[in-house]
Amino acid sequence: MVSFTINGKKLHAPEGTTILEAAEKNNIPIPHLCYLKDINEIAACRMCIVEIEGTDRFQPACNTEVAEGMVINTNPPGVRHARKTNLRLILSQHNSNCTTCVRSNNCELQRLSYALNIHYQPYKVKPEKNKLESNRLDLSVPVVREASKCIKCMRCIQVCDKIQEMHIWDLVGTGSRTTVDVSYSRKLKDTDCTFCGQCVTHCPTGALTVRDDTVKVLRALEDPEITTIVQVAPAVRVAWAESFGLTKEQCTAGRLVGCLKAMGFDYVFDTNFGADLTIMEEGSEFIERFTHRNKHRWPMFTSCCPGWVSFVKSQYPSYLDCLSTAKSPQQMFGAIAKSYFAEKMGLDPHKLCVVSIMPCSAKKMERELHEMRDACGDPDVDVVLTTREMNRLFRSDLIVPEEVEEVPFDSPLGSSTGAAVIFGATGGVMDAALRSAYYLIEGKNPDADAFKAIRGNRPWKEAVFNVPKAGNVRIAVVSGLGNARRLMEAIDSGAVDYDFVEVMACPGGCSGGGGQPIHEGRECASDRGDMLWELDKASEIRFSHENPEIKALYRTYLKKPLGEKAHKLLHTEHRPKAAH
Amino acid sequence: MSRLNLKPPSKAQAIVEQMYRNMERRIAASPPGLCPVDMALNFLSLCQAQTCGKCVPCRIGLAKINEMLHEVLEGEPDPSILKRIEQTARVVEYTADCAIGIDAAQLVLMGLQGFKEDYEEHVNNHRCMGSLKNPVPCVALCPAGVDIPGYIALVNEGRPADAIRLIRKDNPLPSSCAYICEHPCEARCRRNMVDDPLNIRGLKRYAVDHAGDVPQPECAEPTGKSIAVVGGGPGGLSAAYYLTLMGHKVTIFERHKHLGGMMRYGIPSYRFPREVLDSEIKSILSLGIEVHTNVNIGTDISFDDLKKDYDCLYLSIGAQTDKKTGIEGENSKGVISAVELLRSIGDEEEIDFKDKEIVVIGGGNVAMDVTRSAIRLGAKKVSCVYRRRQEDMTAQAEEVEGAIAEGAEVCSLEAPVRIETDDAGNAVALWTQPQIIGEVDPSSGRPRPVAAEVPLKRIPADVIIIAVGQGISSAGFEQVGIKIQRGGAFLAKTNTQLPDIEGVFAGGDCVTGPATVIRAIAAGKAAAANIDEYLGFRHEITTDVVLPPPVFKDLKARGRINISERDASERKKDFECIECGYTDEEAHKESGRCLRCDHFGYGNFRGGRVAKW
Repeated sequence: MVSFTINGKKLHAPEGTTILEAAEKNNIPIPHLCYLKDINEIAACRMCIVEIEGTDRFQPACNTEVAEGMVINTNPPGVRHARKTNLRLILSQHNSNCTTCVRSNNCELQRLSYALNIHYQPYKVKPEKNKLESNRLDLSVPVVREASKCIKCMRCIQVCDKIQEMHIWDLVGTGSRTTVDVSYSRKLKDTDCTFCGQCVTHCPTGALTVRDDTVKVLRALEDPEITTIVQVAPAVRVAWAESFGLTKEQCTAGRLVGCLKAMGFDYVFDTNFGADLTIMEEGSEFIERFTHRNKHRWPMFTSCCPGWVSFVKSQYPSYLDCLSTAKSPQQMFGAIAKSYFAEKMGLDPHKLCVVSIMPCSAKKMERELHEMRDACGDPDVDVVLTTREMNRLFRSDLIVPEEVEEVPFDSPLGSSTGAAVIFGATGGVMDAALRSAYYLIEGKNPDADAFKAIRGNRPWKEAVFNVPKAGNVRIAVVSGLGNARRLMEAIDSGAVDYDFVEVMACPGGCSGGGGQPIHEGRECASDRGDMLWELDKASEIRFSHENPEIKALYRTYLKKPLGEKAHKLLHTEHRPKAAH
Repeated sequence: MSRLNLKPPSKAQAIVEQMYRNMERRIAASPPGLCPVDMALNFLSLCQAQTCGKCVPCRIGLAKINEMLHEVLEGEPDPSILKRIEQTARVVEYTADCAIGIDAAQLVLMGLQGFKEDYEEHVNNHRCMGSLKNPVPCVALCPAGVDIPGYIALVNEGRPADAIRLIRKDNPLPSSCAYICEHPCEARCRRNMVDDPLNIRGLKRYAVDHAGDVPQPECAEPTGKSIAVVGGGPGGLSAAYYLTLMGHKVTIFERHKHLGGMMRYGIPSYRFPREVLDSEIKSILSLGIEVHTNVNIGTDISFDDLKKDYDCLYLSIGAQTDKKTGIEGENSKGVISAVELLRSIGDEEEIDFKDKEIVVIGGGNVAMDVTRSAIRLGAKKVSCVYRRRQEDMTAQAEEVEGAIAEGAEVCSLEAPVRIETDDAGNAVALWTQPQIIGEVDPSSGRPRPVAAEVPLKRIPADVIIIAVGQGISSAGFEQVGIKIQRGGAFLAKTNTQLPDIEGVFAGGDCVTGPATVIRAIAAGKAAAANIDEYLGFRHEITTDVVLPPPVFKDLKARGRINISERDASERKKDFECIECGYTDEEAHKESGRCLRCDHFGYGNFRGGRVAKW
């Protein structure tokens, strides 16, 4: 332990603690902008500078350790002045059109300018331009970078280097012209970017955003010819209300359905239905592979995360045949909506607009894949909105969630089980798949909590479960692409051996997805995941194969899992990404 | 009014003079990899400020080129802009009235030709071609990538033994480098921006002198693989060291009586005491390395047998043959090569130069080594004959100054012509053609000497020592399938692997030609990593030394603390070490000047530390 003084307060902290950590622990605020704990402690923005008595320069609090006897002042006049000047310098290169920025009201730069009382700017303001194509934004991909809003905090580079390890972003240029851009002078669409969106959720400003597709939805809602169907992914329901300040009790799926109804959607369905369907297909596929071990390459990987699928396509294409051929819940839902549902309701599938609300930015890219148009030739899903985009629609449509009545999901694609809702948390897909696989092999249900060992927010989980009639099943569950790479290297070198592996591109799974509400300095995946497990626990039905509408779907339409119709609508072939 | 006035400098001028000196130091501390177009623009801006403004091409032309360069870097220029810049610069070059404009235009043209691709990348794609890596300057310039800021911080904390352990992660020969490294690490030390570069070698010498006996780390589990290292110089020892740490079984084959290579047979003991070298080698061998000395590959053991008996070979035979000048009389009695002399000294043979007049031909470090050795062997007079100017010598300036202080004569601008002999065939004098310095060679930047219009000069000599460079004795290796380049060097890839020959690696002087100890060490380190990989392993070399947290100190300009030397009149009488190491006080003060670039600046973002390899 070392003893030191901050603003006259005598304090103690373990050796190695930074000034910033020590101050925050004692509720002494120190402004910061580029800092991201453990990921980006590079003292670039100089907002966290403090005075240390006995030194003749101000020191950054984020990466200076407290030392015995250190006397620190966080806001003496010199520091206050220097901090404000540095903030004005940042602002002199920032496009401060906050009024039209999607991060308005959720921007660290804006918040800091407000907090530090910056209300005039002595410097000439000259934001950087997007160099390519005369300052145009590249909207062909789900992740969009606006150079004029980038403050070069390097967080995106660090997140992509250290967490996802895809190295998509880099510093380019030298000297004063140094800026952030796609590495190796490429355009984003020419990279192996999985569009996981972790750079977006860690960007302090509006420099990195997920492409806004809300206008497409509004157009569909306004068109009387079009029947609008919306599906809501599991992880959305535990995160959306954060932006509206609702209590935990108020933020129910029913209220979310009510809000979407208020928007004017004709049918509000649940992606959980697609998740239960995924379990039926993927679980059956696993049993098929497991009981014909020698015909297949191992392990079998889950395929519901488009970031992960894209990762395999570009990084480990030789493992594509290990991916389950089952489509993701979003895509299964779209295919069923434009076939089974359209037929049942007597609707022209070409006049349907299927919108999904996803915690994810990569889903926008998955929707666009050419192989994802199996129902009627049109894309099975028409528009993907992130949780954030949906919330923006609610706001702009003057919907006050608190005041909205809770409404159940519509039928028939609205029923679901506890096994489906946990798709949004790391380990959930595996847990749900094992529940049904066990049933399909043994003819009876296991304890719904039998597979607890793979729950919880750990980066790489392992377990072995015994299914009496089939034997031991060796499981791994991984989240985050850096961890996924380590997993693949271990599998490739033969260091580990598994039968069934779940991978999610975002740390903590979909609940921490790139489309979720952004909270500065907080990783929410774990808390949101816990809420999903609670929803599972509270569910009346906790096994996908017991979902009555799923049963009806098979009985009346699909006939059986892995059957001919299921194969056409619900499965796909994963093709390697063209090399760059 | 007075008819003539004295001109005291104005205060502003005095400050500007100071700024010139600061900028010179700053340029010296320039990191590698800056955008060349940006640098060209900034140099041009300086040239522009120097314009007197009288003539059109210089006053307006340079300004317009400046605008166009800005457009290249920041705007969206028309592809024809490069042509226009070139045409404008040509006109300035041909029509400016004085050197201010002409030279500025030439600077622009040099860049347009020299880094055309960078210009085009900016014009076409609005980007720099290479992305700057912003390395820690000293670490980046050390061929072996030693963690210099790390060990300086440890010296500052009074932890010399930990400093040695940290150095050994990248360089198993800390003592050797402490005494004789050319310290390329100091060249672009960022401290240059404040005052002077750190005395990095001095601090390493302190660590080595004060660390005591530092035990070596544990070796990895035995792998069952065997490697033969041919040549026990710094490169061979380094490869052997890391390969042994990785768990492989290593055997060194050395042609000479002792290990050490040029550290023993090229560098005199007054620069590198033998007992320090011996104890360093002993420490490395303590890992369990087998050594066979007095073994010649080709005669004692065939190359093919070695290849058969070992899983991998590392060739590090150095560059130990002497080069000839080709002048008449070179084969006379009394004419010896520097290599021969230094080898005899290395094997501690008796040599007596008492009362003899010695002439040394050459201007490199080896020439200085033999010059100073000859003085210590009792010579009456030692003259060092060199065909260029003293400042053009490739020897380090302090070596030349040291030799002069010990009484050596430097006869510069004298080109050897022939060696005069007596009837018995003994050399008696060197005849030289005095030179005049001439045009600068654009490739080397050094001015060329040409014969002056004066008669030949006779320099009497009892012994003439030729120190004009070394070659590689690669004879015999070509026959076994190794590719030999012009000049005798082995052809090896940058990963030290030989092309077209499985399992054989080579590095150091025998690949690069005569270079430095630290470059040989770097090659040995790279070879160890790549041999390990070749054998199917991925052992990691790392250290558990915990570094003190970086603390920002003030940036007050302070002098660099030089290492002191024994008095010239005393030291020239013996082969004892010339240099005196730092005192505790000196080491603490000097290490306190380090700016910790591993942390401050780019270091805490990227590249500040390579913890393992």
